[in-house]
Amino acid sequence: MSATKAPPAPSPNPEEPRQPTLRKPSTRKRLVPYWLLLPGILWLLVFFALPLVYQASTSVQTGSLEQGFEVTWHFQTYVDALRDYYPQFIRSLLYAGTATILCLLLGYPLAYLIAFKAGRWRNLVLVLVIAPFFTSFLIRTLAWKTILADGGAVVDVLNTLHVLDVTSWLGWTESNRVLATPMAVVCGLTYNFLPFMILPLYTSLERIDGRLHEAAGDLYATPATTFRKVTFPLSMPGVVSGTLLTFIPASGDYVNAELLGSTDTKMVGSVIQSQFLRVLDYPTAAALSFILMAIVLLMVTFYIRRSGTEDLV
Amino acid sequence: MPVLRWIRRNLIVIAGLLTLAYMILPNIVVMVFSFNKPNGRFNYEWQRFSLDAWRDPCGVADMCGSLSLSLQIAFWATLGATVLGTMVAFALVRYRFRARGAISSLIFLPMAMPEVVMAASLLTLFLNMGAQLGFWTVLIAHIMFCLSFVVTAVKARVMSMDPRLEEAARDLYAGPVQTFVRVTLPIAAPGIAAGALLAFALSFDDFIITNFNAGSTVTFPMFVWGSAQRGTPVQINVIGTAMFIIAVTMVLVGQLIASRRKSNART
Repeated sequence: MSATKAPPAPSPNPEEPRQPTLRKPSTRKRLVPYWLLLPGILWLLVFFALPLVYQASTSVQTGSLEQGFEVTWHFQTYVDALRDYYPQFIRSLLYAGTATILCLLLGYPLAYLIAFKAGRWRNLVLVLVIAPFFTSFLIRTLAWKTILADGGAVVDVLNTLHVLDVTSWLGWTESNRVLATPMAVVCGLTYNFLPFMILPLYTSLERIDGRLHEAAGDLYATPATTFRKVTFPLSMPGVVSGTLLTFIPASGDYVNAELLGSTDTKMVGSVIQSQFLRVLDYPTAAALSFILMAIVLLMVTFYIRRSGTEDLV
Repeated sequence: MPVLRWIRRNLIVIAGLLTLAYMILPNIVVMVFSFNKPNGRFNYEWQRFSLDAWRDPCGVADMCGSLSLSLQIAFWATLGATVLGTMVAFALVRYRFRARGAISSLIFLPMAMPEVVMAASLLTLFLNMGAQLGFWTVLIAHIMFCLSFVVTAVKARVMSMDPRLEEAARDLYAGPVQTFVRVTLPIAAPGIAAGALLAFALSFDDFIITNFNAGSTVTFPMFVWGSAQRGTPVQINVIGTAMFIIAVTMVLVGQLIASRRKSNART
């Protein structure tokens, strides 16, 4: 990986310097970054960017699996896909948005706790946040089936507190059921993407100088004011990247909707998956996937502009 | 009311611990249900205590095969993504060159895209090329999506590195190879290790991209997915529990070593 291990550049300069300690930047040295970049960037161009081009072309093809597909610039596919599947699109954005807000509300106190209050427990709590990454997330999602089961403890408690009456009235649950309802899907999404919110939040909170809090206190700010005027604004980079890291994957996810939901809670990811792998209607599947990408990229760009943090990575 | 006042003063701690409980709850359920003896094909309801699954973790057809396949893919994907990603990260931090912005965007985009979009577009590429779906297509896909995460992790570490340390090594007549092996690599190692660990976890756990590009090859997450329809054997919970325990132990041991080193360095 070292500069010298890179294959020698086909230098136009016949007098290739042999001494690597030479001060003047030689042609060979100027080419070093390109040799370092080449394999990785080529990989991304061939297996990330090029596929998107193929997908764009697939989305304007017509034909069938037997007779083969052909590019006919059939943009009607997009119109049809949107008309047929707009409920799934709206649902995906709604569920992903709700899960993101819940992640922020749940994740912020925990990130704050780790950054400022955990003391010598900090490492243990961090491990408990990261460890779920290493247990298969499908297994953990299946565990929610047990937790939210009809007649289980959670449903019983919610029933006793009459919470389910309210949520059923709102359409989040069905009478006496949580599993196979929107609430179960949002619960699963929130759970699965919570670490992606907590870690960026923690990173940006940890960077805050504790003396700023003291200074705010010295200036007679109440803890609430300190949080509103000092801590929260300074944690904005974490809030922004956490929100994106939660919302983007959640909007395309179909695992939670399939495992914890019902046919009424299908998200757009499920549709793309079944169009591609079961129905084998490639043009529609490609169009759906492109629309999802466009929506997400537009929302992300708008959000980054609004929140005013350009440097995320 | 002193209790109310105590709750108000510790509101953040209480809320944080509740979130932590929410995050750990499924892991506990997985653990508890690994000792279950279910009636029928699904392991969702508690019946009675049994050690059967722990005695015979590979007693389910094809499960351990899929597990070892996932480990192999994760190993090679980690290796590939870490090597390529570290090179890219060094180039981005250490050199100024044209198209730097465009390359940064290319690195960022795979992380800013729903997984299903990448999965589907990669499938259209493989279908158009007539590639045989299986081990190699999955490996290619995993290296692709792990790459960006490795670059980000390594970049963060290399950026905080003091370039004067390398200059000092050169001033002491260390050759470029020696400087890299003795100075640069050890300092960058924690970043590279973090990137590799992340890549391993992401690859081992990936379902969506694998589901699209694996053909009839079954990785462990795909086995679990299939079992959700056919019937979930208790052994899945055993594997999940074992993974959790191994991960927690590894991270704790790693932190212990790191803190030892830190206190050694101080004295």
